[in-house]
Amino acid sequence: MVGAEHRTDPPARDQRLKVLAMSSTGGHWVQLLRLAPAWDGCDVTYATATGDFRERVAELAVRRGQPAPGYAVFTDANRWQKAKLVRQLLEVALILLKVRPDVIITTGASAGYFAIRLGKLMGARCCWLDSIANAEELSLSGRKAGPHADLFLTQWPELARPEGPHFRGAVL
Amino acid sequence: MIFLTIGTQEPFDRLVKAVDDWAAAHDVPVFGQLGALKPESHRPAHFAWEQFISADVYQEKLQACRLLVAHAGMGSIISALTWGKPVLIMPRRASLGEHRNEHQLATAEKFRHRPGVHVAWEAADVGGMIDRLLQADTAAAQGGLSPEASPELIAALRGFIQAR
Repeated sequence: MVGAEHRTDPPARDQRLKVLAMSSTGGHWVQLLRLAPAWDGCDVTYATATGDFRERVAELAVRRGQPAPGYAVFTDANRWQKAKLVRQLLEVALILLKVRPDVIITTGASAGYFAIRLGKLMGARCCWLDSIANAEELSLSGRKAGPHADLFLTQWPELARPEGPHFRGAVL
Repeated sequence: MIFLTIGTQEPFDRLVKAVDDWAAAHDVPVFGQLGALKPESHRPAHFAWEQFISADVYQEKLQACRLLVAHAGMGSIISALTWGKPVLIMPRRASLGEHRNEHQLATAEKFRHRPGVHVAWEAADVGGMIDRLLQADTAAAQGGLSPEASPELIAALRGFIQAR
């Protein structure tokens, strides 16, 4: 696999940073997984809206010589499903309390917004990477979450602004 | 085999009907993943389909197909590029109630020049484009995309994570 040559050996468990990598399913998730080398050497927990990818991230960690990742599931919801959104918010809160991440990285959407708002209250450093699908304007959740993130990124240089989002490359 | 995938959130009748019409006239197997259908949504009569499939089945279909036909969603596009499959995308339009906003039009516009990515702007284009793409048999033509984000982005995130 690409990356096997420059992987980082994990430090002892109590020294490792705790990273929460979260997104909804579909395109957001596919993009999140392409970022995995960034948290080599950390204690990562993945959180998404299905249990379907549990084995895949475990295999990915093995391939990269990393410790077994954590995995958490929250309810899928979009902005029109108010009851599900409330449930998702509570589940994201529980995941944060359990994981106690030092760093949160998310590609969206609503669950990532919740994670950033709650994560900031808990002292986590948070990154919002707006989906590459948003080529002409930022996503709604990105516009809302971005100003609260410590690192606010777009994947299109033409959408970058001095105050954020910034452009630092793309997932492909 | 042609693998049709339109995401899981909303039906996309224009594309599903176009592929159904094409399948009615051709002897090529098609498998469709159609997402959350509504009672009035089109149910294909000429190919096998499911609303939802597991990640493993998705992977299986992706690897087995000659051509991916999809909405202009990044999950579908990245999957096709990663596995070196030609992909025919048709953007959903919010103006027709197919999505929440028009970002798939922007995605299609941005990715249409990538080797292996082909855009059907209208349902009427779909059948003819499937014919052409199968004839060209571009399945073997594309090299796989690296499974990782750009080194610049990985480095930026790595720096952010490690900055205590």
